[in-house]
Parts: sequence; structure tokens; C-alpha cells
Amino acid sequence: MRLLDADLWEEIFDSLRKNRTRTFLTAFGIFWGVFMLILLMGGGRGLETMLGENFAGAASNAGFLISNTTSEPYKGFRSGRVWHLELSDVARIRNLVPEIDVVTPTISRWGARALANDKSCGVSLMGVYADYTHVDNPKIKHGRALTDADGLQHRKVCVIGKRVAQELFSGIENPCGQFLRVDSINYCVIGVSGKGSGGINIGGNPETTIYLPYETMRQMYNRGSEVDILALVAKEQYPMTEVQYKVEALLKRVHMIHPDDTQALLKVNTEAIFSMIDSLFTGVSILVWMIGLGTLLAGAIGVSNIMVVTVKERTTEIGIRRAIGATPRDILTMVMSESIVLTLIAGMSGISLAVAILQTVENATHANYPSALFQISFGVAVGASLLLAVLGLLAGLAPAIRAMNIKPVDAMREE
Amino acid sequence: MIHLTGIHKTYQGAQPLHVLKGVDLHIGRGEFVAIMGASGSGKSTLLNILGILDDYDEGEYRLDGTLIRNLSETRAADYRNRMIGFIFQSFNLISFKDAMENVALPLFYQGVSRKKRNQLAMEYLEKVGLREWAHHLPNELSGGQKQRVAIARALITQPRIILADEPTGALDSKTSLEVMQLLKRLHEQGMTIVVVTHESGVAYQAEKIVHIKDGLIERVEVNDGTAHTPFGVDGVMK
Repeated sequence: MRLLDADLWEEIFDSLRKNRTRTFLTAFGIFWGVFMLILLMGGGRGLETMLGENFAGAASNAGFLISNTTSEPYKGFRSGRVWHLELSDVARIRNLVPEIDVVTPTISRWGARALANDKSCGVSLMGVYADYTHVDNPKIKHGRALTDADGLQHRKVCVIGKRVAQELFSGIENPCGQFLRVDSINYCVIGVSGKGSGGINIGGNPETTIYLPYETMRQMYNRGSEVDILALVAKEQYPMTEVQYKVEALLKRVHMIHPDDTQALLKVNTEAIFSMIDSLFTGVSILVWMIGLGTLLAGAIGVSNIMVVTVKERTTEIGIRRAIGATPRDILTMVMSESIVLTLIAGMSGISLAVAILQTVENATHANYPSALFQISFGVAVGASLLLAVLGLLAGLAPAIRAMNIKPVDAMREE
Repeated sequence: MIHLTGIHKTYQGAQPLHVLKGVDLHIGRGEFVAIMGASGSGKSTLLNILGILDDYDEGEYRLDGTLIRNLSETRAADYRNRMIGFIFQSFNLISFKDAMENVALPLFYQGVSRKKRNQLAMEYLEKVGLREWAHHLPNELSGGQKQRVAIARALITQPRIILADEPTGALDSKTSLEVMQLLKRLHEQGMTIVVVTHESGVAYQAEKIVHIKDGLIERVEVNDGTAHTPFGVDGVMK
């Protein structure tokens, strides 16, 4: 085997270079296949990491409970009864459901307007305890988060969403210490949330939400002991979906609701959402592989096909080579090497172009999604190249065997 | 140089075709022999066997003392490369290679380095008077020039014999004459040459004419110069 002979390579490149159209057509299928495979893989990964960034901060094992009118009569109560979750439920759940890590109540007011420096902004208010950060991390950009002390002392302080900061305090880099007014009450800004509007939002868009200490809000708006949303985080080893049933049963018993009433308590569960998104992305990545490999395979079959045609077209040439002393192995080496070289060059160009495009996309999205990863890893690129070499080998096999069996006499007869 | 004894060849098919029916032929070193016959007489088959392009069924073929029989494809390729120079009716140059590369190609299969074989190729192109055409592609050359390139390619491996299959078949009479004169000159330098043709004008350039008919050698004629047709007069061959 003269595989390492520089002369052989010159011969191969020579015949590829001097048959440009054929070379280009053959190479294009592989180029396109690899290009699509890498681009889809990078794109899928990019979307996944982008979405991951959106969900960052939200506990992956959290649940939210909201009361609703009942739909079943129970213990003398008629159906359609209005009931509310109460502050006492917090202690109840904390004591009776050991699987729960955090349970924290929130109250909300939607459709308020915040005023400051002659500017106004539509906002929603949300009263939370300090441990709400375990449920939904506000990703504080400036200042600090709310603490239990803020609530205990009924301080009129707030953490504002980033849109609120932009609209009311444009031009001020850090609005901490500034005052804003909602419903004729002045609050001091102590922190700015950096959380975006993507991902899971409970109780309003975090960008336009003003977070108040629970106790402050409760007093200002006369909310008594009623709770709007009860947020739960289960301990890691217990899936929220299961824990939620236990909590639900407890609450229904306490509030005299029929155990089979499906309307009275609304449940939202990030664990279910996350596992749904997880399986969605598993599906997406399976699809990506299928499409990518399919395209690549189609490309390889294309190469094989064109090589077969090429061999037929080159029957005379191969016959001449055989007549003047090429051994069958020389011909085999020639066709196989051409196929492999072609596949590799085309594939490398495909990988390079896809990598360049992915890098551009990654740079473009970097500002908004700093941890989004579009670029494929080096290992994947090496794997793809090896795959290409194998495909090139397989694609060249059939035509090469065909070429090898060309008898010089047959070639002469073609004339 | 060439010794054929009792060569039989049958092409298998729906209707087996017995092409050669016991050919005995002996060609000595340095001889210039023409094989003549009508189409279908078996002369091309005979040439293919002589050129180790095809196998025979019965008999014995010795080329320069070597028995040529049931060779593996690799051995056959090697013998063709080293012992035989081919000249074809349709030139059979590789279209995307220039004249020099075409001439150098047989040496590629001997593993001669590119520099050396290109240098040799230029020498042989010089011999056939095409040095300044070395970097032209075959389709930029005239028929006569193409055949001279093919002759240079046949010579470059310094073969024992030159086999020419209707070397003037695709040429006009003037260039045919040039090509035949080139072959004659090679013969004068001591090369063994076998030409297959059905043109008497071409055949009577050789010193020995083998007439073949229906797969058998009819007669071997020694060309005494008092040939039938006034060949070569005014450059008219046909």
C-alpha cells in the first residue's frame, strides 16, 4: 500500500482539481449534511441553555397553591363557596408535612401605578417574606433583597423589577435610596431585581413587579390573614407532584372542602413543568440527531452515487491506467482515496462554516444570555470528522470495487 | 521474443464464439510484424492476448522467455507495465492530464518520483518532436500529435515490445505516414513492434506480414519491398 506516498496524494488532488464540477457536486452533499448536523446540534444546545438561563432562579421543585370557589357541596356547605388560603395554613403545612422545605405566603395587587420624578409606570405589587427568595430568586442587581426585619418593623421599603427601575429612574444608575409612590404611599427603593420576564412567572411579570415586605403590604392594604398564593419548595428527594397531594389533602380537610373537588385548589408545579421541558429537549435533541444524521447519510449516499457514475464515466480512463500497468489495488486506492479526501474536505468546510455561524450567534446573544452556549465542543467536532472519514470510506467502497473490476479490454471496447 | 503455440480462445456467451483456433506465431527480437485480417478474423483478440489484456484457453504464450498464463491481475499489470508498450487506435490519452503527465503515467505505477518521471517524459516527448507541446491537454493536440504522445507513453518504460492496434485508424493519410515512419525509426533502433491493422498500406510498412483469417494464421509473408500497392508514393497510404 502506497498510502503514505506524497505522489499518490498529488495524483488524487490532481484528478480532483482538474474535474472541478464533478468534485464540487460530489462534495456538496456531504458539506450540507455536516453543516446541518453541526448547526442543528449547536442550535438545539443554544436554545436549551438559553431557556435554562430563563429558568435560572426558579426553584426546580417548587409548587404554588391558589384558592378558588368550590365545586362540590361538602359537610353542609353548598358548592360555589368562596374560601381563602390563610396565614395559619403556613404553620400548619410546616408542622404537618415534613417533606416541605419552604412554605411562604404571598399577597398581590395588580394594575397599580408607581410614580416617581414626574414619571409613572404600570406595576403589580407583591408582598413576600424573606424566604420567598428560595422559591424565586430575584437576582438582585443593586442594593439588597427584603429581609424579615423589614416586615417586622413594617418598613415602607421595596425591591423593584428592572423595567420599573428603567422607567422611573432612567438616568440614575443605582436607584437605591430613591422614593417612589404607589396608591399615595411612599416607599424607599432598597434593591433592584435583575430577573427577566422569561421562564416561569408566578404572580406577574418580575420586570414590572414591586416587591414589598409581606407585613407592610398586609397592613397598608388591610389584607388580614388571607393569602393569595402559597408557595412551596419540597426537599430535594421528594418530587413536588407527590408532596403537593399531601398538602392538598391537608388543606382540604382544614377548610372543609370535598376531597374530590378538583376546582377548589389550583396547583402549579415547576417540577412538572421542568420535567416536561426536559423531555421536550430530549425530544428535540433526538430529532436533531435524526435529521442531522439523515442529511449526512443522504449526503454520503449522494457521494457514493456520484462516485459510481464517475467510475462509469471514467471507465476508459481506468482501463487506460490498467493497460499501462495500474494494479487493481492501485485503482481501488485511487477511488477510495478520492472519496475519503473529498468527504473530509467537504466535511471540514461544513464543520468550519457551521462553527463560524454558531460563534456569530453566540456572540450576538451574549448580551442578553451570557451563559447561552451555541458552540459545539471540540470533542463533537473530532467525532464528526471521524464519522466523515468512515462515511467517506463506506461511500467509496461500492464504486471502488466496481472500478476495480473494470477490465482493460472492456474499457478499450467502450470507444 | 514472442512464442505462441496452439493458442485457442473462446468467448463464452449465449452462443460460444471460438475466435482463435490454434494460433502458432513466433516473432523474433527486433522484428517489425504486421498482423492483418478482416474484421472478425480474431486479430484484435490475438493482440489482447499478446498484450496480456486477455487470457487464453489453450496453448502456450511465452514473452521474452516468461510463460504468460493464468496470471493474477497484479502480476499481469506489472508485466504490462514493464514489458509492453501499447498504442491504440483511439490514442487513449487521459483527457484531463497534459501531454507530459500522460507520458509519465506508466512510471507513476512503477513508483518513480514525480520529478524524475516528468524529466523522462520530457525526454521522450523530445524524441517524438513534441517538446513544446508538453503542457497541452490532449484536446488541444491534433490526431497525429496525440498518437505521437501515445507512442512516447508506450516507450517511456523501455518495453520489450510495442503493440499497436490500428495505430493509424483515426488519422488522415499524411499523419498516418508520419506515425508509421516514427514506428519504422523505432524498429531501426532495435525495438520489436507488432502492428494490427486491416489496411494493407500500413501492413506493408512492416518486414513481415501475418495474414489471419477465421481464427487461424493463413500465411506469413515476408515483405520484400516489391509490395502490391504503391504505398508511400506521394504520401498516400489508403
